[in-house]
Amino acid sequence: MQHKLSFMETVVYGLIGLAVFLGIWYALPATGLVPQQFLPGPATVVERMTVLATQPFAGATLPAHIGYSFVRFMSGFLLAALIGIPLGLIMGWFRIVDEIVAPIFDGLRFIAPIAWVPFAALWFGTGVGGPIMIIFAGAFPPCVINAYRGAKQVDPQLIEAAEMLGTGHLRMMKDILLPASVPSIVAGLRVAAGLGWQSLVGAELIVASTGVGFMMVQAQANVATSTVMSGMVAIGIVGLVIDMLLRRGEAAIRRRRGLAE
Amino acid sequence: MRSRKTIIGLGAILGVVVLWFALTRWFSIIPVGRFPTPAAFWEALKQIELKGYAGSLLHEHAWHSLRLIIISFIVAVGTGVPLGLLMGWNRKAEALINPVFTLIRPIPPLAWIPLAILWLGLGDAAKVMVIWFAAFVPSVINAHAGVRNIDKSVIEAARMLGTPPLRLVMEVILPGALPMIFTGLRLSLQASWTTLVAAELVGALVGIGFVLNVAQQDIYPAMILVGMLTAGVLGWFTTFVLGLVEKSVLSWSVRGRA
Repeated sequence: MQHKLSFMETVVYGLIGLAVFLGIWYALPATGLVPQQFLPGPATVVERMTVLATQPFAGATLPAHIGYSFVRFMSGFLLAALIGIPLGLIMGWFRIVDEIVAPIFDGLRFIAPIAWVPFAALWFGTGVGGPIMIIFAGAFPPCVINAYRGAKQVDPQLIEAAEMLGTGHLRMMKDILLPASVPSIVAGLRVAAGLGWQSLVGAELIVASTGVGFMMVQAQANVATSTVMSGMVAIGIVGLVIDMLLRRGEAAIRRRRGLAE
Repeated sequence: MRSRKTIIGLGAILGVVVLWFALTRWFSIIPVGRFPTPAAFWEALKQIELKGYAGSLLHEHAWHSLRLIIISFIVAVGTGVPLGLLMGWNRKAEALINPVFTLIRPIPPLAWIPLAILWLGLGDAAKVMVIWFAAFVPSVINAHAGVRNIDKSVIEAARMLGTPPLRLVMEVILPGALPMIFTGLRLSLQASWTTLVAAELVGALVGIGFVLNVAQQDIYPAMILVGMLTAGVLGWFTTFVLGLVEKSVLSWSVRGRA
């Protein structure tokens, strides 16, 4: 292993890397090696994004599409958390539930969330319900798994003490298992958010009439490459913001618990 | 204790099947238009394998998807793992590549699908490109982390004994990073399947995702279920094979024996 680079070296090398990447991206269409329609340069994409901010494409402006996507994402994500976390805790507490649910759950996990799209469309339509179900399918497993793992890792002494004091099943899960597994649950929520956001994009590509994914499919059909790439940039930024917020929440909770970062 | 778990597990799966019969057939609680009866599922399975559906027989669709996964997975791993090793080993390469990598990473692989179709059309090349993006990232990250987690004293000891660079990489760095690399490969494989199904749903002419797409347009719930279960079985099968490879490659480590 080599010695660590100094801060200045890291910055300089990083800038060189970025410059080479952006330079190639800029030069390919600018020199005519690759047609503009095939690969628009970075400046074209930024310009296109500012235009999309005010001019509607595929029925709405870019911020409006992002808004639709985000509302869908939040609904599916919250639903997954509200059902998944209690299920994980129940599986962690009642062994019999664990033994019954685990094989079914493990079998279903091999089916990619996006493969639920046809049934989602059939059951809940292509407007709001269908995409929400796909996000749910993506975000649900990490919620369950991490709540379960958290509940399994609770200090047995805590459980024994509570049992000795005659704590009931419901209070045990609510007041002992849940608080003790919060760090694990929050880590699971971050994974769930990433998978949910990516599932949403997939769902919108296939069945939806609004949202960033829908805008990109429409742009693809019209060979509007710069609009497709604007959508990609927007999706990347929103995904990054969601992850950043959850990461902050995770850090705050870990700090309050006195756990190492 | 293991037998108890197995019995309850089998019982649970049997229970799901009985519930399926009960809800769709005996009591007709779920309408046939929403979810198929077991008989309809069996008919759809016979139809796609004997007469064909969406242009091909079931095993042709399945083989097409499986082949795309294998090709793209190998290409992605073959490029991702060496890059991750390089970034883990060479600080300058890491400093050079990391910012670009960080810039591209937040874009989910599925968001590349429209661009891939624009660039390469509806054929196999576009799918390989998208799966490559999906499987590439976990390969790089875990290979990178794997090198970083190697005990430094092991590397220093090898160096002190005058191990030439190539041998150092092949006999110290690569084996040391392998457990982490395999963690990455599992994630890569899962991401590959998700991406392939999505890409085939968006646009394809053959493959499991295409079966789902046509079945959705035909409003044919039994065929949707056939497509989903096939995708699940293929996903399970590839994960199983990867597990076998991991076990034989890592037989020396704690994880391989577990």
